[in-house]
Amino acid sequence: MPAKPQQKRMKAKSNLSFHGWRRENGRVGVRNHVIVLPLDDLSNAACEAVANNIKGALALPHAYGRLQFGADLDLHFRTLIGTGANPNVAAVVVIGIEDGWTKRVVDGIAASGKPVVGFGIEGHGDIATIAKASHKAKEFLQWASELEREECDIAELWVSTKCGESDTTTGLASCPTVGNMYDKLIPKGIHGCFGETSEITGAEHIARTRAANAKVGDKWMKTFAAYQAEVIEAHKVDDLSESQPTKGNIAGGLTTIEEKALGNLEKIGRKCRYIDVLEPAETPAAGPGLYYMDTSSAAAECVTLMAAGGYVVHTFPTGQGNIIGNPIVPVIKISGNPKTVRTMAEHIDLDVSGILRRELTLDTAGDALIEMVVRTANGRLTAAEALGHREFVMTKLYRSA
Amino acid sequence: MVTKHRRKSSDKGKNVPAPHFLVHSPKDNVGVIVVENLSAGTEMLGVVTESDKTIKLEAKESIPIGHKVALKPLKKGDTVIKYGQDIGKVIADVGTGKHVHVQNLKTKRW
Repeated sequence: MPAKPQQKRMKAKSNLSFHGWRRENGRVGVRNHVIVLPLDDLSNAACEAVANNIKGALALPHAYGRLQFGADLDLHFRTLIGTGANPNVAAVVVIGIEDGWTKRVVDGIAASGKPVVGFGIEGHGDIATIAKASHKAKEFLQWASELEREECDIAELWVSTKCGESDTTTGLASCPTVGNMYDKLIPKGIHGCFGETSEITGAEHIARTRAANAKVGDKWMKTFAAYQAEVIEAHKVDDLSESQPTKGNIAGGLTTIEEKALGNLEKIGRKCRYIDVLEPAETPAAGPGLYYMDTSSAAAECVTLMAAGGYVVHTFPTGQGNIIGNPIVPVIKISGNPKTVRTMAEHIDLDVSGILRRELTLDTAGDALIEMVVRTANGRLTAAEALGHREFVMTKLYRSA
Repeated sequence: MVTKHRRKSSDKGKNVPAPHFLVHSPKDNVGVIVVENLSAGTEMLGVVTESDKTIKLEAKESIPIGHKVALKPLKKGDTVIKYGQDIGKVIADVGTGKHVHVQNLKTKRW
């Protein structure tokens, strides 16, 4: 068991702070999960059995991990390792069908300095593996339960964003609320992240100009063009009606991808510029600031990738009521649609429908979101956490070998 | 419990009644209905969020919350402007005050 994480007390740079867990590598988490992480689909059963034995340990079942290769396999490992290394995770038990790839995930997570151990099932069977892994998970859980939060400057918070089941109210209210939050917190030194490559279609000329410089803008354009060519154009059979925009988007009044994209881009505010373009699940390395991550626009896939990149709080504007959560990252729901706020109240953390009635300014809404982000970082459970939403979805680039 | 945020004292001074529709940019030729149960014939109040300018417009049909209304006559082949930007092409004529959606507006992309 490693020694208590090094206390790296920072002098408060702003009047905004939160209480989080400082991990061995210096990063700060806002949750203290012990996870049981399957390498592959075959190991889900053992992981779920361990989580059933050890109350408080969290299994993260998923669908893939066999016979993947090339960039798709790299992404699989990057996502698993990034999830384990995320500062919202205190310690990790990895279970895989065999030892080789299991060790690869364990070694990747171990680089963060946190406790991690792996078990291969072949040669032992589920029952013996579950017993060994349960002993270890119990030890990790009890160790983690004694770790204490410490006061941290807001600059140490990594906050990502992605919207879902958007409608026209997201472009008017909830997305610009997130943008206002970023315009205020990025200058205070936080890490931000937006993505959804396909959902920039129609606003790519604006997205490109929001890069910090031409080099980053060109890198973004290359990423966007590749997604269009390799994903959309290569596989489309019609005009993507009902996929982009979705049926829910259309019911909410969004008609075209261009309209959806322009609303989507409201999430990055008026002032901030993105400083780098990340691969899916890649950890930012250019210091504090706003980043673009190349992701699909499907909510669970996107949030899973951003969590694997190291983000610890997610802000999620919704119009029609996307109910997504994530097992390790609190997902804060913001809605400006008065009907959704009324009919799906249990899913919404922040109601900004006052913007539509002109009772609430964007500035006030942005402040309210910052307050909700800080409360969430301090431990307030989001609606999605309370309702048990733990969507952990791996992005698969192509069919397995 | 959903956290609600009411107007702060600093937000006051804009004693505009709640609008029926909002428009992003003065360049736009559509607005977004922001009230539920809007019926045909309603004399609507609209606000352009960028400029705070108000607009009066009669709803020519009932339009659901979140759906768009034409601010001027749109002819087949015209470009629909929202956020001051191109959001697609008109595929069937639309009169002022009528509902703009999939029946008369289509993407120029995929």
